[in-house]
Amino acid sequence: MRVPGYWRNMPFLYRLAGWKCIHCGAFHHYKPVICRRCRSKEFAQVELPGSGRLIAYTVIRSPPKEFERYAPYAIGLIELEDGTKIISQLTDFKEDELRDGIRVEAVFRRVRVNGEQGIIEYGYKFRPVLRRS
Amino acid sequence: MVKLGGVAIQGYGGYIPRYRIRAEEIGRMWGQDKSGFPVAEKAVAGIDEDTATMAVEAARIALRRAGIDPRRIGAVYVGSESKPYAVKPTGTIVAEAIGASPTKLAADLEFACKAGSEAMAIIAGLIRSGQVEYGLAIGADTAQGRPGDALEYTAASGAAAFILGKTDHRAIAEIEAWSGYATDTPDFWRRPDDKYPMHAARFTGEPAYFKHIIGAVQSLLENDGYMLNDIDYVVFHQPNVKFPLAVARYLKVGQEKVSPGLIANFVGNTYSACSLLGLVNVLDQAQPGQRILVASYGSGAGSDAFVLRVLEGILEKRDLAPKLAEFVENKIYIDYSTYLKLRDEILVR
Amino acid sequence: MVGVYVAGVGFTKIAEHWDKDLEQLMAEAAVKALEDAGVSTVNAIYVGCALSEYLQYQANLGALMAECAGLVGVPAFRAEAAEASGAAALYSGFCDIASGRSEAVLVVGGEKLSDGLSEEVSSGTLMMSGRSWYEGFMGADFYAMSALLYRLYSKRYGDEGIPFFPVISHEHAEGVAHAQYPFKITLDRVLESPFIAEPLRMLEVSGIGDGAAALVLVSEELARRLKSPKIKIFISSATDYMNPFDREDPLRLQSVMLSVSKVLEQAGISRGEVSMVELHDSASILGALCLESGGFSPPGTAGKLAMKGEFGLNGRLPCNTFGGLKARGHPFGATAIYQVAEIYLQLAGRAGKNQLDKPRTGLAISLSGVGAAAFTSLLKMEEV
Repeated sequence: MRVPGYWRNMPFLYRLAGWKCIHCGAFHHYKPVICRRCRSKEFAQVELPGSGRLIAYTVIRSPPKEFERYAPYAIGLIELEDGTKIISQLTDFKEDELRDGIRVEAVFRRVRVNGEQGIIEYGYKFRPVLRRS
Repeated sequence: MVKLGGVAIQGYGGYIPRYRIRAEEIGRMWGQDKSGFPVAEKAVAGIDEDTATMAVEAARIALRRAGIDPRRIGAVYVGSESKPYAVKPTGTIVAEAIGASPTKLAADLEFACKAGSEAMAIIAGLIRSGQVEYGLAIGADTAQGRPGDALEYTAASGAAAFILGKTDHRAIAEIEAWSGYATDTPDFWRRPDDKYPMHAARFTGEPAYFKHIIGAVQSLLENDGYMLNDIDYVVFHQPNVKFPLAVARYLKVGQEKVSPGLIANFVGNTYSACSLLGLVNVLDQAQPGQRILVASYGSGAGSDAFVLRVLEGILEKRDLAPKLAEFVENKIYIDYSTYLKLRDEILVR
Repeated sequence: MVGVYVAGVGFTKIAEHWDKDLEQLMAEAAVKALEDAGVSTVNAIYVGCALSEYLQYQANLGALMAECAGLVGVPAFRAEAAEASGAAALYSGFCDIASGRSEAVLVVGGEKLSDGLSEEVSSGTLMMSGRSWYEGFMGADFYAMSALLYRLYSKRYGDEGIPFFPVISHEHAEGVAHAQYPFKITLDRVLESPFIAEPLRMLEVSGIGDGAAALVLVSEELARRLKSPKIKIFISSATDYMNPFDREDPLRLQSVMLSVSKVLEQAGISRGEVSMVELHDSASILGALCLESGGFSPPGTAGKLAMKGEFGLNGRLPCNTFGGLKARGHPFGATAIYQVAEIYLQLAGRAGKNQLDKPRTGLAISLSGVGAAAFTSLLKMEEV
């Protein structure tokens, strides 16, 4: 059953919301008891910036069971505008658009679907930014 | 006809997916000629998109323009005929995704292609009554056409979102007047277990689309004392290119007023988002003082016709977020087999 | 602390054992190890297995193994550390002897990956290489994370020689009775194999197989009384951030650095005195990073040195002498125990055609995920 876990993680999955340690700035995507870097116990709620640069990416061609219908899909390592590094699926790109260093932005997409009866799990993905005219 | 002065659009946003299929490509499947297609190409939702994801994208754009704390949004209404869940509101998903949760109200609406405009009417009422401070009205659909049917050329995906609030110095456009005209006219429908809608062919024209749009628009013009000269832009529901141009001729609306809001040829029919995306395209270029008449149409059947007056706020807010043209121009063409893969994904019920 | 010695080993061939349940496979290895050690019972049993709840719908493996090994009554439980579960069981067993509480323990690891479809095994790695609601949620599995590390490595150092690691492993596995893939492959074949997650190719990652391996660990006192060669064991472990990109330098596996340093210190030997290394080459790039982070190869050089033959059986530092994870096989919970058992056979002179010339020490590195934890075992031949 994935419902309670999914619901608990909606703020992060939907809006990149989480907690930053006030002392060392480490980002936690869950509510921390103690900072995983400096062991401080004071945190501020934040939403990570929704854009950044693609540092590296891979294309998965032999996916885990839950993702077979989406193959091939791309996973990227992204450095957001505030320096936080994040892992994300990449979407809405043409093959030749994916290059290290491109600017990418967060969007809201279906990430997994639990068959015909289970819930739809939404979350963030990143796509190449629109060219602003 | 209702005077809705005092309620205004504070933020607006439109989204269409990146993927396009040309009518020619669909025609190639069914041995149809290169000419005489109802539109040139249509927008197709990607494998990870649905009504909720597109609604969120449009809503986020509207929110960027509105510049308000999303927690002040008291109601989120999504009008669609392709809800991701038969039971579970899309509105709460959108509210959570834009940081508006918890909201007071968030039910989904269905009235074929006019569910989005009806959402606007309801929210305008909630604002006027003081029940909510701001409300978010969305029309969004991942419309599917039955393979080989005429509607396959046009059934498309898109979303349009409007944040409404009381009129103030930051408002983008005030809703001056609203009229509606709805009757039991079964021109187009879908039973729950059917994957695709059915339609009654030529019956969808005169007794349906034309009768209701004409009914709503005439009631607005006559009862509210608007002359066509007062109106700078007219946006019609656009299931194809022919119908809106035909109804414009009938109502004696010059084509130059209709063209800016007529995007169907390159987008297709985005159903609940359809006329509203035409409105978004107009707002992307209209100037303060100009008036816009919008007439939606939903099968089953009904039309909402309303008049907006563009305000100064548009100048400062318009460039805060991407215009619809950026989405229209940012495209990737797909072939019919890719189209099937994407369509099969969305039809998993 | 009491000295801990390996008194006997036992393991099965790594293959698709359609006809055996997990516990049968593990019992085989366990009984072989007990007989090899010449003991009829032990004070405790430590079990290593990563995915039995998911693939076999079976938990409570400790009690199950006690029964299947004919040792009902003996305390038993399972340790889990993803793909390093065998090492976790070994670590637990080690502490039991070192503390003086037990005289002899059985450490047995097993995994039956063929009970799942390959895409189910990939789902299993989703559970282990990251967090369920982060990397796991979006399908960034072990292969994806290794591929991203591979990209960063290529950008910094180039990737020459990394795909050569599977070639070395296969060369060593040729003719090895218990290996899953006992045949050579060429570098061309590796480079022509399809991508799993670009740039990682199918022949750069370990396959899916079943296997079980077991060790008997004994105290110094008992080691003296038994007739087996006196091979002392040390083990150390360290953790790191689960996501490699949360670490200061993703290409420095801190967990490996720390556990290797600690175990060398415990054993009182230097890197130069290590006769062989068992790498965690579940992906070629990870094998290379184990060498570099362990301090056996300067950063960025592992691939180039591999191409020069440094890590062959006749090289400066033989690695994966029976084929490593790639060619001998990688049944998750058993792997670390295979590594240690193979080093034991080398030190005991029982390595057959792959026998190194009188090796004195051997080091095995076992990783969970992409280095969230590392366990390093060291075996040292000595007289008691």
